[in-house]
Amino acid sequence: MEKRAHISGWTLPLLLILPQMAITVIFFYWPASQAIWQSFLREDAFGLASEFVGFENYVSLFEQPEYYRAMVTTAIFSSLVAFFSLACALLLATQADKNIRGGQAFKTFLIWPYAVAPAIAGVLWLFMFHPTLGTLSKPIKAIGIDWNPMLNANHAMTLLVLSATWKQISYNFLFFLAGLQAIPKSVIEAAAIDGAGPLRRFWTVIFPLLSPTTFFLLVVNIVYVFFDTFGIIDAVTGGGPAGQTTTLVYKVYADGRLGGDLGGSAAQSVILMIIVIALTAIQFRYVERKVQY
Amino acid sequence: MMKKSLLGALALGLATSTSAFAQTELQWWHAMTGANNDVVNKLAEEFNASQKDYKVVVSYKGQYADTLNAGIAAFRAGNAPHILQVFEVGTATMMGARGAIKPVQEMMKEAGEKFDPQAYLPAITGYYSTAKGEMLSMPFNSSSMVMWINKDELKKAGVAEIPKTWPQVFDAAKKLKAAGHDTCGFSNAWASWANVEQFSAWHNIPMATKANGLDGFDTEMKFNSPQHVKHLQNLVDMQKDKTYDYSGRDSKSEGRFTSGECAIFLTSSGFYGNVKANAKFDWANAPMPYYPDIQGAPQNSIIGGASLWVMGGKKADEYKGVAKFFTFLSDTDRQAKLHQESGYLPITKAAYEKTKASGFYEKNPALQTALIELTNKEPTENSRGLRFGNMVQIRDVISEEIEAALAGQKPAKDALDTAVTRSNQILRQFERTVR
Repeated sequence: MEKRAHISGWTLPLLLILPQMAITVIFFYWPASQAIWQSFLREDAFGLASEFVGFENYVSLFEQPEYYRAMVTTAIFSSLVAFFSLACALLLATQADKNIRGGQAFKTFLIWPYAVAPAIAGVLWLFMFHPTLGTLSKPIKAIGIDWNPMLNANHAMTLLVLSATWKQISYNFLFFLAGLQAIPKSVIEAAAIDGAGPLRRFWTVIFPLLSPTTFFLLVVNIVYVFFDTFGIIDAVTGGGPAGQTTTLVYKVYADGRLGGDLGGSAAQSVILMIIVIALTAIQFRYVERKVQY
Repeated sequence: MMKKSLLGALALGLATSTSAFAQTELQWWHAMTGANNDVVNKLAEEFNASQKDYKVVVSYKGQYADTLNAGIAAFRAGNAPHILQVFEVGTATMMGARGAIKPVQEMMKEAGEKFDPQAYLPAITGYYSTAKGEMLSMPFNSSSMVMWINKDELKKAGVAEIPKTWPQVFDAAKKLKAAGHDTCGFSNAWASWANVEQFSAWHNIPMATKANGLDGFDTEMKFNSPQHVKHLQNLVDMQKDKTYDYSGRDSKSEGRFTSGECAIFLTSSGFYGNVKANAKFDWANAPMPYYPDIQGAPQNSIIGGASLWVMGGKKADEYKGVAKFFTFLSDTDRQAKLHQESGYLPITKAAYEKTKASGFYEKNPALQTALIELTNKEPTENSRGLRFGNMVQIRDVISEEIEAALAGQKPAKDALDTAVTRSNQILRQFERTVR
C-alpha cells in the first residue's frame, strides 16, 4: 500500500507558503494597489498637497489625442518586435541545432546580446545608425535613402524595432534550442523515412511539437515589449520624432518621472496593467487551445 | 582615479575620526560628471579644510532629472539632503513646493550671515528669485546659449565676417552648403531652448503672460506669435535642402560642430571645454543671431544650468553651516577662479569685474560671450527668466511640435498653436497641484 505523509492542521502548510506569499504581496499586490490609489489623486511632486479627484485622471487621459496615438504605436511596435524576434530566433535555433563544426561556439555567441543592458543596446544602435556620425548610415545614404531617424518617424521606428528585436533574439533562441533538442529524433526520422523533405518535416512535425515553447515565448515577448523596452526608447529616440515612437510604457515614464504628474502616470500604469492582464488572458484562453502539449 | 578617491575618502575618514568630534554633516546631492564633478569635490574639500564645525558630504545622484527625483523621493521619505542641485527648468517645481524648501535669502538672514542680493549678477539670480526679488536658490553652474563658429570653414566658403543677424546666418549657411557642407549649413542643439526660450528673450517677445510665469502660476503661453512662426517657418524651409539641419532636443549632437560637419552651431556656452579639447580647427563663438526687423532686438539672453536649493525641515545649526558654505562659494576670488578654470559664469558682479580687470577676456574672448549676452540690456519682463511648472514636459511638447513642423507634417503655425494649447494644459494641471 502507498504510504502517505500526513500533515495535521494548517500551521505547517501556511508556514511553507508564507515566503512565497510575502514576496508576491510585497512586490506585486502592494505596489499595484498603491498605483491604483495614486491614480485617483492629484498630487504635487513632493506630496505636500494631495486631493482625491475620483476618475478625473482617467478622463483627462482619454481626452488626449497623444494617448490614443501611443496605443497605436504600442500595437505596431509590439507586433513587429514579437514577430521578428520569434522568427529570427527560430531560424537561428533550427540552424544551430544541426550538427555543424563549432556549433557550441555559435550557440554561445548567439546568447551574448542578452547580457547587454537595454539602454546600452539602444546607444549602440543609435551610434551605428546616427544620421551623420553612424557607420551604417553612410551605406544607407549611399543607396539613396535620406536616412534621418531624428525627423522621420518610420526611420525611428525601424531603428527601435531593430534594437529591441536584436536584444530579445538571444532569449528566444535559448528556449527554441532547448525545445528543439527535446523533440524525439525518432519522430523526425520516421517522417524522413516516409519521404518528407526538410521543409515539410519542419512545418508538419517540428513546428507543431514546438508550439508550447512558441506560445510561452509569445506571451513573454509581448510582456517584454510592453514593459522592458522603455530603456531602449529613452536612449534611441526619447519618444520622438514628434512623439511618434512614444509607447504606453514610455509615456508612463515620461509623464511621471520627467513630468512629475504622478496621478496621470499612475492612471496610465493601471490601464497598462489591465491591457496586459487582458492580453495574457486572451492568449491563454484562445491561443493555448491550439497548442499541442 | 577610483583608487585615488577611495584613498581620499579613507584619509578623510581617519582625519575626521581623530580631530573633530562634534562636526555637523551637510549632505549635498549633485548631478555633475567629469571635470565638473572634480570641481564639486574640490569645493567641498576646500570648505571642509577651511573650518572645523561643518563637513559637506557630496554625492552624485545621476543626471539632472534623476537628481531632482532622488531629492523628491528622499523628501517624501523624510530624509532629504541639505543641498540639492536642481536644473533651471526644475525651478518652478521647487518653488511650488514651499513647504519642502528653505529660501536662500531667508536662510542667510536667519543664520546671521552677511548677504547682499545686490552683489550677484541680476541676469543670473533673476531666474532664481521671486517677483519681489527675494533669492530662492543659489546659482551654481550657469551658462547661456551662444553661436559656435568654425572660422576655417567660413573662410573657405567665402564668408568674410562672423554673421550677426539671422539673415546673415542664412546667407552664410547657403554659401557653406555650396562649398560642400551639403548635410548641414547650420544647426542648433536644445531645440526648445534655442528656438523658443532664448529666441523670445533675445527678441524681447513674451514667451508667456505674467512675465513668463515669474509673476504667477496662472501664466499662459504665447509663443505662437507671428515672429515665432516666421522663425520656425524659415527653419522649415531650409530643412528641406539641409541648409538648416535639425540636431535634436538635447546636446547629444554637439559633435556635429567639433567634427567639422556643421560650421555654425548654436548651443550652450558650457560647450567651451569640449570645443577646446576636440576642435581641430580655428574656432570662435559669438552672440546669438537676431532679426534686425524686430524692434528692440537683441535684448538679453537667459541662463541655463543649475542652482543649489536648500531643503526645508532641517535644524537651525545645520542651516548655519549651509549659510557659511554659500558665503564661501560666493567669495570673489573663488568665483573668479572657478569661472576662469571651469568656464561656468561667475555669479557675483565683483568676480566678473575682477576677471575683466585682469585682462583674462582678451586672451579668452570665448568665455565672455555669454556674459555679454546676459548683460546686453537691463532685463525686461520678457527676458528676466522663465518659470513654468512641469517645464521638462513642456519642453518635450515644444520639441515634438517643432519636429512635426520640420518633418513637414504640419505648417509652422499649426505646430506652434498646438504646442501652446498642449503646454497650457500642462500649466493648468500644475497650477491645480500647487494651490
